Amino acid sequence: MSGAPIDRYRRRLLGGAVAAGTLTLAPGVFLHRLAEAKPEAEPVTAAVRWGLLVDANKCADCSVCVDACREEHGWDGHGRPRSDAQWIRKVELRDQTSGRQLSLPMMCQHCAHPPCVDVCPTGASFRRADGIVLVDKHTCIGCRYCMMACPYKARSFIHEELSDQKPYSPRGKGTVESCTLCVHRVDAGLAPACVDACQRDGRGALTFGDLNDTNGALRRALAEHATTQVRADLGLDLGVRYRGL
Amino acid sequence: MRRLLPALLLLAAWPALAAPADGAGRVPLPAVDAGAGGQCVEPVEFMRRNHMELLLHQRDETMHRGIRTQRHSLRNCINCHAVDGAGQPVTLDDPEHFCVSCHRYAAVKLDCFQCHTGTPEPGVPGVVGADAWSRGLAATDPRGANP
Amino acid sequence: MKRIRYLEIGTSGGYLLLLALLGALVAGGAAAAWFMEHQGHHVTGMDNQVVWGLPHVFAVFLIVAASGALNVASIGSVFGQLAYKPLARLSGLLAIALLAGGLAILVLDLGRPDRLIVAITHYNFRSIFAWNIYLYTGFFVIVAAYLWTLMDRTVAGYAKGVGLFAFVWRLILTTGTGSIFGFLVAREAYDAAILAPLFIVLSFAFGMALFLLVLLAAYQGSGRPVGDALLTRLRNLLGVFIAGALLLVAIQHLTSLYAAEHQAAVRLLLIDGGVVSGVFWIGQVLLGSLLPLALIYLAPFRGSRPALVAACLLVVLGGLATMYFVIIGGQAVPLELFPGMAASSSFFDGQFHSYAPSFPELVLGLGGSALALLLVALGVRVLPFLPDALPDATAD
Repeated sequence: MSGAPIDRYRRRLLGGAVAAGTLTLAPGVFLHRLAEAKPEAEPVTAAVRWGLLVDANKCADCSVCVDACREEHGWDGHGRPRSDAQWIRKVELRDQTSGRQLSLPMMCQHCAHPPCVDVCPTGASFRRADGIVLVDKHTCIGCRYCMMACPYKARSFIHEELSDQKPYSPRGKGTVESCTLCVHRVDAGLAPACVDACQRDGRGALTFGDLNDTNGALRRALAEHATTQVRADLGLDLGVRYRGL
Repeated sequence: MRRLLPALLLLAAWPALAAPADGAGRVPLPAVDAGAGGQCVEPVEFMRRNHMELLLHQRDETMHRGIRTQRHSLRNCINCHAVDGAGQPVTLDDPEHFCVSCHRYAAVKLDCFQCHTGTPEPGVPGVVGADAWSRGLAATDPRGANP
Repeated sequence: MKRIRYLEIGTSGGYLLLLALLGALVAGGAAAAWFMEHQGHHVTGMDNQVVWGLPHVFAVFLIVAASGALNVASIGSVFGQLAYKPLARLSGLLAIALLAGGLAILVLDLGRPDRLIVAITHYNFRSIFAWNIYLYTGFFVIVAAYLWTLMDRTVAGYAKGVGLFAFVWRLILTTGTGSIFGFLVAREAYDAAILAPLFIVLSFAFGMALFLLVLLAAYQGSGRPVGDALLTRLRNLLGVFIAGALLLVAIQHLTSLYAAEHQAAVRLLLIDGGVVSGVFWIGQVLLGSLLPLALIYLAPFRGSRPALVAACLLVVLGGLATMYFVIIGGQAVPLELFPGMAASSSFFDGQFHSYAPSFPELVLGLGGSALALLLVALGVRVLPFLPDALPDATAD
């Protein structure tokens, strides 16, 4: 056996460097923070387009996303299911030919060409530059035309006086609301509450990310498997895509 | 009819004429306890006249452009002001709530709290003082603890 | 042609009673609106599935009828039919009043009616609603100007021009109202271009029926004569409009049925829709179209005024039924998100949505209708809208 004597010092140095590098990188891999939080004073731009991927194969009888949204935004009901707000709901499906059953969450699809934005007379329903569709409740007159126009029944009207609203999610009687893609969390660099809850307590069916980032988790997931848009025939270019339909 | 009109006008104006000049009438003067900290983010006289302008501008910036600076945000106002002398949070039902007391006195209807909560977030103090934001830094982050 | 003399109606016990009754209904409507706004819409039958209910049924009916009510004046000024000219002033007044009543209901049903100022200062011009705000307010201005040319001899020369402008404006307005529904790509029952011309023909029918009712009531009530020849012309026109509307409705449903994708929705609406289907067949078709046609054209009823009044009342009832079918039926059909799959959820996906009108909604709708009639009743009292007589000689 011939060879140079083992340089233990060099081994320790390399090993230490690798360890230090891993420890530095590991938090970035395991945290759910996407990039840095957008600086507060900076406006949003179209450089980013937020989107969501739902893997319906994983959903079955779980409704963690619905509970998380309800908790985050405070839209628990008043015991009146017909008029209580629902920002996200689980839809149970059964194929009428094959009998196959499926379950998936349905929420605002954050369309690129939203019908709700087209029909709003005051412009309260609008699409932010980064793709999130919102209702500006300061300008909403409560005409409910957007609710007529939405193909996904995503919007709810608030039928009663409210109190103790969440400070980051104002909601009030006589205005219309829908899933905000947790815009207050997204602006702080976090994922929406439903996505976090699904990763933490559910089956990991929800993936959130930037549709414009070709190297991001969302785009890579979309490239891997076939996904569809609900009511793709309408040509609305949705921010929410489904797999397993 | 010609004599009736002045009499009617006098009758309608009577409550205003009869009220004591120092405002110690039926409507109590507003309780302007400044809440936590000593100094608002803007001078008092400026705020008295222009707080609505600031709020209207800030709300459009936040909603449409995603700008979430804390200085003129309604959440920051509430976190700082909606406390009583002992530093305890005050709800909108309390007539001494910072916004409610002044608006009640001025008889200007408050629309904000149809949607926004008027109660401060527990454990999240408001950021005070004009200096605190001069370099975009905060003493604490009032965006609150999100899970 | 004999010179027409226009005269305000006089006051009588019956007239004051009418004003009191209409005033009470208007007050009730205002109270209902306050109640709904204060409590929130959970006190109504409208919910997250059927978001527009009975108030919108009344409001859209009144708005559509308003544009149709102007027809009689247009036939006189624009198409030069002299027999209709004496009726032009009442036609204009009725048009303004009906539109005011309809808009009052619409505004008072908003979730935030206190934000009307926002609605008239912030516009999104991709929205047909925003255009409608201009069309409706413009209608008030134009018809007021038209009435001025009809009532002030110094500007009478402009009547034809302003009348033509009003006629075109009113057609655009009705197209805009039909397009509220026609532009909704998401809803199977609505996404159809035929809704705009359908609404135009419906407006002819509703407007004419209401005009006849108001005319007969005003003349009967004030003891002024109305000749049969004039009534026959108006009656025949009404028959043509009803038949035209029925034709367009038939075309709408038959063409929908031809497409396989729409068959389930049409079946739901026309057969399996419960109350909605009943409202269509009995309210819109039988009572609102076939029976009035019989009362207008069949020999035993030809010359009968009571038959004409009955026909007009049935058309009004049928008109409300039509609006109910369009507005509520269209919302009741569930959105088909996943073709070939049966859906269910906590948010009523996949179900034909039911709707039960509530009392406040009905009172608001009646209040707005009463407001329209009150405006007409007051108008004919204070200004010379009505000719003092309409004998047959003037109809020739």
